[in-house]
Amino acid sequence: MTPILAAERLGRVLAGEVPVTLVRDIDLEVSRGEFLAIMGPSGSGKSSLLYLLGLLDTPTSGRLLLDGQDISGYGEDQLAATRLRKLGFVFQFHFLLAEFTVLDNVLLPMRRLGALDENAARRRAEDLLEQLGLREHARKHPHQLSGGQRQRVAIVRALANDPLIILADEPTGNLDTHASANVQQILHDLTHQLGTTVIAVTHDVTFANAADRRIGIVDGQIDPEWRM
Amino acid sequence: MRGSERDFIKRLIDNSPHITVSDEYRKAQKQPAAERWPDGAVEVRRVKPLTEVRGIRGHAQKLVFVESLPGLRAAPVLMGSVVLTFAGRNEGVTLNGIIPAKMKGVSTIEEKLTQGSLEALAANPNGIVIGEGLAKKFGLSMGSVVNAASPGGEVRTLKVVGIFRTGNASYDENQTFVLLKRAQGLLDRANRVNRFIIQLDDPYAAREVAAVIERQVGYKAVSWQESTEDLMSVLLVRNLIMYSVVSAILVVASFGIYNTISTIVMEKIHDIAILKSMGFHARDIRRIFLAEGVILGVLGSLFGVTLGMGLMWLLAQVEIKPPGASDLVHLPIYWGWEQYLLAVGFALASAVGAAYLPARKAGRVQPVAILRGLA
Repeated sequence: MTPILAAERLGRVLAGEVPVTLVRDIDLEVSRGEFLAIMGPSGSGKSSLLYLLGLLDTPTSGRLLLDGQDISGYGEDQLAATRLRKLGFVFQFHFLLAEFTVLDNVLLPMRRLGALDENAARRRAEDLLEQLGLREHARKHPHQLSGGQRQRVAIVRALANDPLIILADEPTGNLDTHASANVQQILHDLTHQLGTTVIAVTHDVTFANAADRRIGIVDGQIDPEWRM
Repeated sequence: MRGSERDFIKRLIDNSPHITVSDEYRKAQKQPAAERWPDGAVEVRRVKPLTEVRGIRGHAQKLVFVESLPGLRAAPVLMGSVVLTFAGRNEGVTLNGIIPAKMKGVSTIEEKLTQGSLEALAANPNGIVIGEGLAKKFGLSMGSVVNAASPGGEVRTLKVVGIFRTGNASYDENQTFVLLKRAQGLLDRANRVNRFIIQLDDPYAAREVAAVIERQVGYKAVSWQESTEDLMSVLLVRNLIMYSVVSAILVVASFGIYNTISTIVMEKIHDIAILKSMGFHARDIRRIFLAEGVILGVLGSLFGVTLGMGLMWLLAQVEIKPPGASDLVHLPIYWGWEQYLLAVGFALASAVGAAYLPARKAGRVQPVAILRGLA
């Protein structure tokens, strides 16, 4: 089976008087429906790698294939369109829009994509909220929810356009144990029940243990010797 | 400003003839020799013009032509200087020989009469209408009899049949009106007229109509715009100053909008980053903040127009008593809709202009830069 995401000798150097190498020579393949955890010490470049894999940042060397397509030559608008259609993000902070209700936050990416009409989008958003036990919170504003609930809303939002891959940056970094376990369970179920691929950067050992595979990043490179 | 300008022009137009045709030429007439050989070096020395009774030649036909033009009324006038004598006092005044029926159509003098009427003048060949200033100075009242002496030595006895008051002191002291025939007799210029006074339905056409008349009649025809060019240029300068000040205010307001939207962009930078990471394009983000600028502009304009109208209404209530005037006047306020349209247009344009820069900045936000800063 072809990997959903493949990186070949991927590298990212920040230009400047003293160029800084964030990531170098990353060879990585992620299969459909896999739950991959990226680990490593602080400042090792794991978040930078996630941004590259999530098309938020453009590599300075190497190739990246998403769903079989080489995205190396894509312009900013093309990258944005690809992110909208194929990727979903969950960050350490929920980043929900404070002025919008939970439902509207979830509807935002669907409205932008415009693949579903308003009624169908609303139904889908409500179904997704239902699945994650947030149905009764649909009309609330983010500040009325707990941290765990907000993070779950952020996951629903990431799922809104039925992405191929969910990229998560420390999704449990800000949550208590109970909420962390909940988020971890949801991401796990996504991969095993819906076939969505999840790539998560994490410090959380329990969380990483729930993943199908773990890789370690040290000094911007994959370290095969890495052990938790 | 617009109100006072219109008020000023209205006074100017109402109180003076729209076009005056006088018995003068705009350019000195050329000597026949110079006309015969236009390229030659002709010099005629010691030219002495022919002694003639001055006035508009063939005024009857010329008046018929002027009156044949559409949208105007014309009246012939013979103007000259006489000395009025009453109770041992002498005063040089300007004598206007008029035809009352025609004068009514071209002048507001009838409205300014405080006593008597133009009909009384028409009925009395020895009647004279004088200004209130002169009447006070001489102690004249209705029915008083004065002597008028012309430079040629003619003397007539005239009876005051009307007194007017225009509010312009020098006009009220110096202008007098008699019948045209009487003036011609007194000034020894039988059957002569030296002025056409013309009033137009559309005062703003005066310049063009004056040019037509001058071309046809040959004599100098001066429109009110031409005779008040100095005042008009003052108005122009005043308008320029007004628009400069208004523009400066708008620039300041633009900075306000620029600041507001810049601040909002900074506040919302995380939202912008997440929207962009989600797959929103730079132009989507730009549109959001431009829309914000437009909404601010529209709300501001609505509020501003309402507030401005309220303030104008308040100003219109203000009553002032100018020095020397007997009645209260209101501040002249101009309510024309086009000034609001202009103001709203400029406000919206400056709002969009001021919003564009921060909006462009918002569109350029790199989500990674923001996310890195937080991680």
